[in-house]
Amino acid sequence: MNVDWTTARRAPRAAMWTRRAALAAGAAALAAPALPQGFAGLGTGADGFALPDRATRLTFPADHGAHPAFRIEWWYLTANLTGADGRPYGLQWTLFRSALRPPSEVETRVGGGRGWESPQLWLAHAGLTTPDRHFAAERFARGGIGQAGVVADPFSAWIDEWEMAGDGFDRLTVGAAAPDFAYALALEASGPLVFQGDRGYSVKSPEGQASHYYSQPFLRGTGTLTLPDGPVQVSGEAWIDREWSSAPLAETQDGWDWISLHLDSGEKLMGFRLRDRVGPPFTSATHVTRDGVATPYGNGALTMSPRATSQVAGRTVPTGWAVRLPAHGIDVDLDAVNPTAWMDLSISYWEGPVRISGSHGGRGYLEMTGYTPD
Amino acid sequence: MTRIALGALLSHWRRRPGQLATLLLGLALATALWSAVQAINSEARASYDEAAGALGLSGYDRLERPGGAPLSTGEFVALRRAGWLVSPVLEGRLRAAGGPPVALTGLDLLSAPPGALPPGLTAVGGDTDPADLFTAPGTLFAAPALAERLAEVQGLPPVQAVAGLAADQAVTDIGTAQRLLGRAGEISHLLVLPAQPLGRPPLAEIAPGLTRVAAESAGDIAQLTRSFHLNLTAFGLLSFGVGLFISHGAIGLAFEQRRPTIRTLRALGVPQGRLFALLIAETALMALVAGALGLALGYALAGLLLPDVAATLRGLYGAPVAGELTLRPAWAAAGLAMALTGAALASAQTFTRLSAMPLLASARPRAWATVSTRALNRQALAGALLLALGLAAPSLADGLIAGFALLAGLLLGAALVLPRVLAALLALGARGARTPLAQWFWADARQQLPGLSLALMALLLALAANIGVSTMVNSFRLTFVGWLDQRLAADLYVDTANAAETEALTVWAATAGIDLLPRASVETRLDGRPGSLEGLIDHPLYRATWPLLTSAPGAWEALAAGDAVLVNEQLAYGGSLGLGDPVALGEDWVLPIAGIYADYGNPRPQAFVALDTLTARFPGTPVRDAGLIAPEGETGAELAARLVAETPLDRAAMIDQSAVKALSLRVFERTFAVTAALNVLTLSVAAVAILTALLTLAGLRLPQLAPVWAIGVPRARLARLDLLRALMLAALTFAVALPLGIVTAWALLDVVNVEAFGWRLPMYLFPWDWVLLLALSLVAAGLAGLWPARRLARTAPSTFLKVFADER
Repeated sequence: MNVDWTTARRAPRAAMWTRRAALAAGAAALAAPALPQGFAGLGTGADGFALPDRATRLTFPADHGAHPAFRIEWWYLTANLTGADGRPYGLQWTLFRSALRPPSEVETRVGGGRGWESPQLWLAHAGLTTPDRHFAAERFARGGIGQAGVVADPFSAWIDEWEMAGDGFDRLTVGAAAPDFAYALALEASGPLVFQGDRGYSVKSPEGQASHYYSQPFLRGTGTLTLPDGPVQVSGEAWIDREWSSAPLAETQDGWDWISLHLDSGEKLMGFRLRDRVGPPFTSATHVTRDGVATPYGNGALTMSPRATSQVAGRTVPTGWAVRLPAHGIDVDLDAVNPTAWMDLSISYWEGPVRISGSHGGRGYLEMTGYTPD
Repeated sequence: MTRIALGALLSHWRRRPGQLATLLLGLALATALWSAVQAINSEARASYDEAAGALGLSGYDRLERPGGAPLSTGEFVALRRAGWLVSPVLEGRLRAAGGPPVALTGLDLLSAPPGALPPGLTAVGGDTDPADLFTAPGTLFAAPALAERLAEVQGLPPVQAVAGLAADQAVTDIGTAQRLLGRAGEISHLLVLPAQPLGRPPLAEIAPGLTRVAAESAGDIAQLTRSFHLNLTAFGLLSFGVGLFISHGAIGLAFEQRRPTIRTLRALGVPQGRLFALLIAETALMALVAGALGLALGYALAGLLLPDVAATLRGLYGAPVAGELTLRPAWAAAGLAMALTGAALASAQTFTRLSAMPLLASARPRAWATVSTRALNRQALAGALLLALGLAAPSLADGLIAGFALLAGLLLGAALVLPRVLAALLALGARGARTPLAQWFWADARQQLPGLSLALMALLLALAANIGVSTMVNSFRLTFVGWLDQRLAADLYVDTANAAETEALTVWAATAGIDLLPRASVETRLDGRPGSLEGLIDHPLYRATWPLLTSAPGAWEALAAGDAVLVNEQLAYGGSLGLGDPVALGEDWVLPIAGIYADYGNPRPQAFVALDTLTARFPGTPVRDAGLIAPEGETGAELAARLVAETPLDRAAMIDQSAVKALSLRVFERTFAVTAALNVLTLSVAAVAILTALLTLAGLRLPQLAPVWAIGVPRARLARLDLLRALMLAALTFAVALPLGIVTAWALLDVVNVEAFGWRLPMYLFPWDWVLLLALSLVAAGLAGLWPARRLARTAPSTFLKVFADER
């Protein structure tokens, strides 16, 4: 699974990286309501932070844990679930770590810094989507006092009472609660970890921007959603992305549309489309076979075109898509389970489950950012 | 026809732009002062509403340890990890060289509810890197003056100035606060966020040692500050009233001068109804123009005053008010409505007269009104009735409303009685007059009285309010200074950071033979309200200097024995407590009151018990604060120098008496800055009122003056007499205003203050201020009289002659 990132243009890749890095950095920016522009402080350079290294071999369980010497890192879980009555649901559980400055040697030894003044800040988002409701919540915390953090063995990632924990990534439980919703899931892996790029070293630009990046797209799970109408038993599939780096933030593009699809054939597809202010959109994709073999595709191999739009939070957002990856005979339509899946948080964006129809059936997750109010 | 009639009516203003300006000025000033006060009030109310769910730190339920011992970071994390959304607060005193200690509040800027952050903190620019906020050295936020001071203190983190913090308060992230205060891992209490997630266990399972204390409701703050706003509103109304006098004069004059026009228009067939409609439209138009002008002025004025008001409200009541003004449509609409109402009130008399005017009435001006002793008597009777009602108000009702009813009755009643009193005084003067010219002078003064009486009433109100308010403020200042002198009897105050420092200080004082007065303090509930309970030792200095308002015999002995408590006036007043009454000092602890002391400038309940009793009841309460009495011949500063040389204590931990006093006085002055500003403005408006009234009369009085001139009195002499008359009337008004002002001061000190602030003050009189005010009002009246007098002196003889020749 040799990832040919270098053939792609630099800016879009950096921007792809930006997708979640922006959210991670947001932990710092939005944590302090006092500092609307705190963001800028993080975009200025990686001086002093550890840099991803091609020679690094990911080792487990250690690399499930936090890498506080790097600037940003995340544990990103999405799940497509079904109730006993066949009703579709989607949930998201995301934990971001953002270091305000490189930890000192002493701080590195104790997991990134102890006490209130540790430079490690944490941000988490939880989302829950039903066909007619959408819920979202967020938490902020700092590392160093035990309020949030990740330990590798036994694996546990937490912020307040929200937690994803288990035996490596093979068996996990995940839960979150907010005033109006809660969920608890038990997950089990039915396939291997998928290493993005060169054995988990994912190059983002010719200049060497890179990240360490692996995924677990083969999770199956069951659990309970707590909704205003009462608890619902669900089961389904889930996908975890793990990524860390110290790359500085690139200039923000107009936005991106990102998908992770569980096809009924057992294949997995991750893809995105970057909307450029001046040029045509840029696409990229990674195809994963049912055995976990990943093949990356550069610009143009994947096409994503909006088919239908919805009015959400005062914006026009494409909630129906035509997605094609001819190299694998994929020609599918995506339709949002609930077009109003707006994450109305400190950083707001659209993220929710989709149905897949066409050459392949299935379900997946769609994330869209940068849609400005009409 | 309508257009022609309107053109004819409006042409009047074209010919007399000065009169138009006067009318607009009067209405604009009235609207400006009123709407400035309303803007401030509505800004404050909006801030309270905004804070209703998130009222600073006091708007949230708290988790605290009974007795006030600190919580640990571990407890905070345990609660968060159990799903309890709480946010830690650490409060302490930060030493800062060059001034008194600073109240430092450490907040977790990540979890603190946005509403709990001090107003203004959100306005901080984007220059701060989050790393500078959350990691060492950290960033302090303080009000501009304090920020300036702290910036020069060695060893403190960078300071950012933000508007909207109390003068002696600094805010920072809790990590920084713990480090600066030397209290690593400590939390004073936790704020419970309003929205909590599903499925969290009960508090008792997670943190059995903590108790949940309900938030102070927004209603409390609104209740607390109501008096302050009522105060401002009363001032605003007073100013509005004074402004109306001006407009009334201008509208009345315009009507008198347009009598010929109106007669002619009616004779030409314009129906009275149409004429009415046109005049109403004209008045409304002017009111709108003047109102808009007044709104702009008022907005600017409110912008100038608001920071002081916000500081006062925060300092005095802890009420969060942003220092920035926002334009509210409701406010603008209310201001314009006031301008329209004002114009309607000011022109009501004109319309009454217009409707009663016969079609072909003589167009000769009637010199406004004739002197009718009966009318004056009727008005005086109404005034006397108002006076009586006002005086009776405190015995009929309770509370602040009664206080203001008393003030309103006094001021309005006196204003109504004024013309009758002046008439009587003038009659008295006339009796003493011998020469014909002197007799004419007195008689003419009486003749002018009806036209001037409104302006003089305005002057009376402004003067009386001025005397009353400045007497109150100055009495307060004098009392406050005296109280500070007594209360701050020790020469040096030392703030120790930990038990080791306390020990070092105690040992040093013992060996040096210096009297030490240690103190400790816990936050608890006094009579059910949040307050602070202080512990002090038995020392002769307290008995000698402590200013107790009332005390039972043997109060100090009972206090020292732990059998009694001293409470501040606010606690006693709020709970209707008296000597000997039991008062609850937290859970399961009740002591009788042995004495009540004055505690100016503190809105919260406070009580004193013996130090050892306090530490026995609240074990672990640190003694972190002590007064030192310098030996004969040594100053506080010298003592401090010795202490620095001989102990590990830091100079920044000490503050001498004079510095505390200076700081306290600064806070005091700021509290009354707004009152003083409004006071001066009201007086200025009264001066304008006199000017416009005199100008109005000057034109009307020609028929009265012409015969005197014809008899042979030179114009210059007539002008001098006119000026003299203006001065005399102002002086006479002042004579009435003085006793009224003193009574007003009494009402403010004894009734309003007690309700508004919870403390009663002795009254001091300041005769020198009165002389100054008399001079000021004479200068104002003189200046106002000068212009018409000069005009009179320069009136062409032909104009005088015309009085005899035509009917104008």
